[in-house]
Amino acid sequence: MALVDKHVFDEPGFHVSEATPADYFALLKPRVMSLVIFTAFVGMVTAPVALNPFQVVIAVLAIAVGAGASGALNMWYDADIDRVMSRTAGRPVATGRIQPGEALVFGIVLSAFSVVTLGLLANWLSAALLAFTIFFYAVVYTMWLKRSTPQNIVIGGAAGAFPPIIGWAAATGSVAIEPLIMFLIIFLWTPPHFWALALFKSDDYGRVGVPMMPNVAGHASTRRQIFAYTAVVALVGILPWVIGQASIVYGVVAALLGLGFVRSAWKVLRMADDDVVMRPAKALFAYSLLYLFAIFAALLVDSGVARLVGALGA
Amino acid sequence: MEQEYVVLTEAQKKAQRSRSMGIALVLVALVVIFYVATITVFGPEILSRPM
Repeated sequence: MALVDKHVFDEPGFHVSEATPADYFALLKPRVMSLVIFTAFVGMVTAPVALNPFQVVIAVLAIAVGAGASGALNMWYDADIDRVMSRTAGRPVATGRIQPGEALVFGIVLSAFSVVTLGLLANWLSAALLAFTIFFYAVVYTMWLKRSTPQNIVIGGAAGAFPPIIGWAAATGSVAIEPLIMFLIIFLWTPPHFWALALFKSDDYGRVGVPMMPNVAGHASTRRQIFAYTAVVALVGILPWVIGQASIVYGVVAALLGLGFVRSAWKVLRMADDDVVMRPAKALFAYSLLYLFAIFAALLVDSGVARLVGALGA
Repeated sequence: MEQEYVVLTEAQKKAQRSRSMGIALVLVALVVIFYVATITVFGPEILSRPM
């Protein structure tokens, strides 16, 4: 039993929560978080410094929680449109399992906690970058760009691209060209990834009035833009080898992955206007996820092998 | 001020218990993390100070 003032539970808004920890975990957007964890980890461990494994775990955890906090703030603000879209209707705030105010407080507390933890246990440059990333995703993307321009995910994609820079900064206390290239890979990867989804979910976005590229510029223009971004990201993916951060083996792997990405985007470009199933767009969406994980995994393995060879040669 | 008890449903009680367990586990994890992190960041000399 719970003791409450009578006038409180008589109010129409009075609500006893049935939310479980799993609902709160869902607020953190765990699938997006897995990408953040992985790219931040790669940014951190490819930095040319000796790292304590525990500090790596703590820094990556803080970055992941910060990213999750921005996800909770996004779900708080977007509950009205999440409720309508089939892809997001099951989210905890949209279904009412978590009240908007609870999601807001949860997001703010976790944001502050993750930034302070990263500042105290790593350094304040990485903490400042994490704070900026949370602000960029929650305020610039969610509150401003998402509902106002078809370039929403192009500019907003920067928020998802920051984790490797934060990881590198947590390890070294500075920012260098290597994490900036990792940023660029994710930044340029975001439009083809999201627009592939937006092509076969354009009805969803149209219903809630979010101006995604297919709804504003049309499917044909979106398909052309997807191909252009994919061609550029395929080239940028090779840059770590060009600047000497990674070996030729990485360069070959990145080139092959890029070719696969371009091939998939080409199929989307050639997709018929009246194709309602949009299998090529669905395939591109799936491949784009594989591409990003694979290219960062290749960087990670390449860096690990280089360290091992260096240690054996010393 | 007049006060009354709200009788929680089984689902509400179950959710409340699982939230309490979740909070407890997170707090224990944070204690362990900050304890180990303090020693890792500042080094073992943090334990050897003049009494």
